[in-house]
Amino acid sequence: MSDDALTAGLAPTATAEPLAADSPFKRLLHTFLEDKLAVIGLVLFTLVVLLAIFAPLIAPQNPYDLAQLDVLDGGLPPGSASMSTGGIYYLGTDEQGRDMLSAILYGLRISLLVATVSLAFAIAIGVTAGTMAAYFGGKIDSLIMRMVDLQLSFPAILIALILLALWGRGVDKVIIALVIVQWAYYARTVRSSAIVEARKDYIEAAHCLALSHSRIMFHHLLPNCLPPLIVVATVQIAQAIALEATLSFLGAGVPITEPSLGLLIANGYNYLLSGRYWVSLFPGIALVLTIVAINLVGDRLRDVFNPRLQK
Amino acid sequence: MIVYILRRIGQSLFALAAMAILVFIGVFAIGNPVDILVNPEANQAEIAATTARLGLDKPLWEQFARFVGHLFQGDLGTSFVYGRPAMEIILQRLPATMELAVTALILAVVIGVPLGVYAGLKPDSIGGRSVMAGSILGFSLPNFWQGLLLILIFAVLLGWLPAGGRGETVEVLGIRVSFLTLDGLRHMILPALNLALFKMSLVIRLTRANTREVCLQEYIKFARAKGLSSTRIVLVHILKNIMIPVVTILGLELGSMIAFAVVTETVFAWPGMGKLLIDSINLLDRPVIVAYLMLTVVIIVTINLIVDLLYSALDPRVRLSQVKA
Repeated sequence: MSDDALTAGLAPTATAEPLAADSPFKRLLHTFLEDKLAVIGLVLFTLVVLLAIFAPLIAPQNPYDLAQLDVLDGGLPPGSASMSTGGIYYLGTDEQGRDMLSAILYGLRISLLVATVSLAFAIAIGVTAGTMAAYFGGKIDSLIMRMVDLQLSFPAILIALILLALWGRGVDKVIIALVIVQWAYYARTVRSSAIVEARKDYIEAAHCLALSHSRIMFHHLLPNCLPPLIVVATVQIAQAIALEATLSFLGAGVPITEPSLGLLIANGYNYLLSGRYWVSLFPGIALVLTIVAINLVGDRLRDVFNPRLQK
Repeated sequence: MIVYILRRIGQSLFALAAMAILVFIGVFAIGNPVDILVNPEANQAEIAATTARLGLDKPLWEQFARFVGHLFQGDLGTSFVYGRPAMEIILQRLPATMELAVTALILAVVIGVPLGVYAGLKPDSIGGRSVMAGSILGFSLPNFWQGLLLILIFAVLLGWLPAGGRGETVEVLGIRVSFLTLDGLRHMILPALNLALFKMSLVIRLTRANTREVCLQEYIKFARAKGLSSTRIVLVHILKNIMIPVVTILGLELGSMIAFAVVTETVFAWPGMGKLLIDSINLLDRPVIVAYLMLTVVIIVTINLIVDLLYSALDPRVRLSQVKA
């Protein structure tokens, strides 16, 4: 008993000081950087995002300005020079003489745009639903969780494909379909951690202060549920990119006028058997690098946020 | 047990009803259902006839009752393209998809379990690490991209296997199957492998994690102390204990495999119902799309129900916690 009192009195001053010097963010960042693969993933992902944002400045040509395309340059293998301008097509051209490097950079833009916008909406809806379910409990909880269960018992690709089959192609429609299939993951994740947090004393203290429900939910409860949410979000953004690519590959995703990486791969698919592998292979490599980079970061984040693995 | 079974069946019926309502809303309540259910090239008289036949002048609840009535009779409209009932066309393609999905499932287990056990027994060896690295790749690479790589390597570069189609088929009990002819088997290897790769990664990770856990148990130590050969320990003592979770997951994954067959069938031009769905989407053959959706939903809900019931029969803790909740 006296031992307890002793350590209780001494321990905080003894151990808390070095911890207090580092902000939690710095500490997490430090843990994250210990893993070389994760750093490579992070660098790669940052590079991909920058390439996508600045695509119009970097790309040798605007692949969708028909005036810049030269049919004579159609189907050139990687590294060939243009017949008219003499510029080099590092990744070859498609049958219309479109520079594949430029097409990939522009495609990356569409792929990332669809994934990020759908992620933002899915998180907003999922987090609100999940927090409400955990906070109010009872009927609201079971109603929301029934919807989540129903959603998760069917493969995402099936639901998205059917929705797009009924609606037709379009960037906006793909985004809505992705939001519909993804919100449930966030709702479930947030609910499971919020249910634990909602029983804690600080939430009761907030109740005693007569704060409004929304204030307690979003200012007190939610910030404490963020770590698992961040991990799920990194996994899900890779999933969203892959799902969008798959839908576009199947011809149910983005329209031909705004091709994402998946649609580029689909367009090149027909030339694969005749040996023009580059039209399909290079967009595919870009897609795979993006997804693997995000997954490497996500894997590490899971370890960083896992309290059991912390030193 | 009976309470649990009834509850679980109730949940399945709820899922089916919810999907039926969603399809009804998607097809009938949003937009003009005539646009969806009538051939886009139909003339005015045909549109008027269909509107009357579908009873679209009736109130919404009556339309819904009608829709459900047709649903129970398996009547989901007539295909614009084939001119035959949509359900009949889908059911004709079902065996090809099931053949592919079941083969892929078997491949996933037959290849995935040994690799997972190996990686679990020797987690730090080069072999164990490469198996894990491979499973991460299998996890993160999109399905269709893996399929394209398989075609590029085995069909285009090496020329060993055909790139698509179903090959020669034999009729068994009125169902055409590929796996009994050599040509059919050759056509099946790549698509089945493609569909299996993702689940195989899942099986490898699951088996590895379970193997590592089981290896630490007392009964394994005891078996070693008794002087049993390590082959016997792995095959009997370890394998038996890791198969329960693997079988459960795979049962549930059969449903998602049928959904993912859409991708594989499109890449390999395999004439199953997934390929039919994509063709129907491109041709705007909506009755077939709706029929595909309802059939797949019924299959998935049924599989989930069977797996849950089997699991609760094997593990009493599941049903007890469910009944209490």
